[in-house]
Parts: sequence; C-alpha cells; structure tokens
Amino acid sequence: MEKTGLADKQSDRRTFLKYLLSGWFGGFCLAVLYPLIGYLKPPEQNEVEVTSVSAGKISEIEKESSKIIRFGNRPVILIRTADDKLLAYDAVCTHLDCTVQYKKEMGVIWCACHNGKYDLTGRNISGPPPRPLQPYRVIQKGEEIFISKIT
Amino acid sequence: MKSRLQKIYNWIDERVQLHDLINFMGKKYVPVHRHSIWYYFGGVTLFLFIIQVFTGILLLFYYKGSADLAFESIQFIMSKVSFGWLIRSIHTWSANLFILSAFIHMFSVYFEKAYRKPRELTWVTGVLMLFLGLGFGFSGYLLPWNELAFFATKVGSDILGDIPFIGEELKIFMRGGEDVTGATLSRMFGFHVALFPALFSILLIIHLLLVQRQGISQPIEFDSNSENEINKMPFFPNFFLRDILFWLLVLNLLAMLAVFFPSELGRKADPFAPAPAGIKPEWYFLFMFQTLKYFPANIWFVEGEMLGIILFAAAGILWLMVPFWDTKSSRGQKNRLINYIGLFAVIFIIVLTILGWIS
Repeated sequence: MEKTGLADKQSDRRTFLKYLLSGWFGGFCLAVLYPLIGYLKPPEQNEVEVTSVSAGKISEIEKESSKIIRFGNRPVILIRTADDKLLAYDAVCTHLDCTVQYKKEMGVIWCACHNGKYDLTGRNISGPPPRPLQPYRVIQKGEEIFISKIT
Repeated sequence: MKSRLQKIYNWIDERVQLHDLINFMGKKYVPVHRHSIWYYFGGVTLFLFIIQVFTGILLLFYYKGSADLAFESIQFIMSKVSFGWLIRSIHTWSANLFILSAFIHMFSVYFEKAYRKPRELTWVTGVLMLFLGLGFGFSGYLLPWNELAFFATKVGSDILGDIPFIGEELKIFMRGGEDVTGATLSRMFGFHVALFPALFSILLIIHLLLVQRQGISQPIEFDSNSENEINKMPFFPNFFLRDILFWLLVLNLLAMLAVFFPSELGRKADPFAPAPAGIKPEWYFLFMFQTLKYFPANIWFVEGEMLGIILFAAAGILWLMVPFWDTKSSRGQKNRLINYIGLFAVIFIIVLTILGWIS
C-alpha cells in the first residue's frame, strides 16, 4: 500500500516537472521566434503617394511610338497613336508582372514574356492575360504632357 | 505517433543503416575528474559558431557590401528593421565570446596536453580554426564601413606589409589594391561570408570526427590506470544535457550583453578625413599590436616591426606544432617546460592586452 503511494507521488512529481519544462521550452521558442519573424518581415518603406507626373514634352515622342514613364514606383506606358491621340496604361502585364511594350507593326500592346496582347483600349485580346490594363488620364497643357490617376 | 516515428526511422534505417551511425555517435564517454569543467568550452565554442552562422545569414538579408551602401544598410538594420539592432548586437557579441571561448578551450587542451599522440591532428585543426576565427574578426570588422573600422583595417593590413618578401604582395592582395577602398570591402566581404566559412566548415568537420573517433582525452595521470578505475559518464544523454544547460547560460549572457550594450555604428568612413584619436584593434589583436609598439624603429639592420612580426609568426608556428616537438607528453611523461611556456603565453597575452587597453 505504502509502496504504491510513493510511486504515485513520484509520477506526480515527474508529470509536474514535465509540464514545467515543456512550458518553459515553449516560452523559450516563442522568445526566439518572435524577434526572428519580426526581423524577416521587410520594414515598410514610406513611399510618397503620387497622383500625377510629368511625361515630358509632346515633341519628345514621335507618332506611332511609346515611352515608359515612372509613376511613383510603377511603370506607365504612354502611347502616341497614328491619329495623334495620347493614351496611357499601367505597363504591368496582368498575367505575371512583366512590363509591356507597344508594337507598332501589330498595333497592339504586347508582353514579351508570354506573348500576351492588348488592344489600344487596354483590353486583353490574345494570350494569357486575364484582365485589361488599367488606363491613366493624359492631359496636355501646351507642349507638356501630364499623366494622372483616374479617380 | 510513436509507431509512425518508428516507421520513418525504419524506412531511413533500411536505406542508410542509420543504426551503425547511431552506434558510432553513441559510444562516447566523458571522463569525470576535477578538471572536467574545461570539457564544456569546446561545445560552447561550437554553439557560438552556430549562432554566428545563423545571425550572419540574417544580416546578409539586409546588408549591402559596397562602399556606397554598406554604412547606410547597417544604419537601416539598426533603425528600421525590427529587432535588427538585436541581431547585429548578438552577432558582434557572439564573435567576441567565440574568440574568448576558443582561447579558453585551446589553453585547457594545451595544459592538459590533450594534443599528445594520437590527437595531434585535432590540435592542428583546432589551432587553424582559431586563426581563421581571427580572420573572421578582422574581415568582419570592416564591413560596417565606419571610421574606426576603416582606419583599423588600414593599420592592420599595413602591418602585414612588413612581412619579409611576401608582405607587400600580401597587403595588395588583401586590400584589393594599393589602398583601403571599396575594393577592400568587397574582398573582406567575400572572405567573411564565403571563403572563411567554407574553410572553417571543413576543419570543423574533421575536428569533430576526430573527437568522435578517438573519444575524449583524459588527463595524462589516468593513462596508467586500468579502464575500470576511470570514472566516466556517457556523452549521450548525460554530458549532452549538461552541455545544453551550459549553452543556455551562454545564450542568456549573450542576450544580456546584446540588450544592455548594443553595437555602435559611429561615423561613416571618409578616406580623406584625418584618423580619429584612439584607433585600436579588437581586443584579441591588442596584445600583438601593443607588443609591436615596444619594438624600436630599427634593431641592427632590421626594421623593428618586421622583427616583431617574424617573432609572432614563429611563435604561432611553434604553437601550432606543439604536439610534434613535445614528445615527452606523448610518451606519458610529465613535461614541465610545456607548462612554463603556456603560463608565459597566458600571462604575456593578459598583461599586454591590459597595457594596450589602458594606453
């Protein structure tokens, strides 16, 4: 009788120590993981919110040609068409993030990565792109061209 | 749960005979005697090395190794990245403790004459790792590209130029040109994160395999005792758990040092600004630096510094070769001379480090 009582007491002590040690180990892991995960998360960089940028002078862009403009940290493609219209679209392909270009011969906006095509209204017409390109507003003030977000 | 683990074990065991490996790793005993405490320092050094690898990789995620960006990227780590200051401070402190612990480990092995036959190669790989550790310290010191690091590297590499015959070439090789420039930073970066870790890993694997293969050395007096008279404990789990406990203590110490004494950054290096006062190397180079100061400009026909460097190089080679010229210990005889030389080395290093520190 007495013997089993002692064994019980010992196993109680053992379980208690087990829990204590596991709890401590869990806490230790948390104390290591918390700063580690925080460190691996890239810190947010303050970016200036851009609503409108200058795209240079009209004389700098020929008819039936295009130009990539920096809009904040995004590329925007500015196209001057054959009938002298100015169009601007977000230049990031909606398929897999490549930057698109204007193909004069085909009269389309073309993505070289996977042969995606958009017409000059930004609509995805061929290849893998799932969505149309987002348009930007183009304003011409005299010689100067400005591009702004459509709100 | 247990049967699944058993299944996985069996699956691997069937293919790679895990059993043999576990037998090989498991059969290790640690002698128990009044100097057993020193056995822990090898493990602690290993632990600190592992911390260096981990924190080093983490720092690489944000560090930019070029003269234009290095300082700014460390600034970014210290101020913008969350816990960046902690990771960098741990890396710096762990580097210092690593060298300290490696020194303690080396001297304990030396005074126990644990390098005696058959463990000569373990000693040689160990000393080479310590030299590499000093190389890690020297190359890593420049990476933040701050004023102190810039001039310390100038001085340090200039001293190397005094080595006869090959000095000038060695200096240019290390600097990546005549002067300390962005090219030096690129080289030190390459040494610090690629070349040295690769060499160190090879030496470390050999070192550990030798310890595993030959077992842990016991004091020379035990050699005459029969097997049963020697008190020992199994490495796994008895000594291993004690090892882990010691590592935890070191980790706590490290965390406290990093939190209460975080690394500083100072000012960005400017090659055209005059050197600030109080340029000193890291503490583990201080004794050599201080000794060289005492050498007169010229001794007979030789430049004083050149003579100093030759003497240090000779001492280093003799130290590396201890197991080969101390034949007495290998025969199991007492060799007092070794103790006197070791004692002299310890006192010399401590006294000159202190002198260098206060000057």
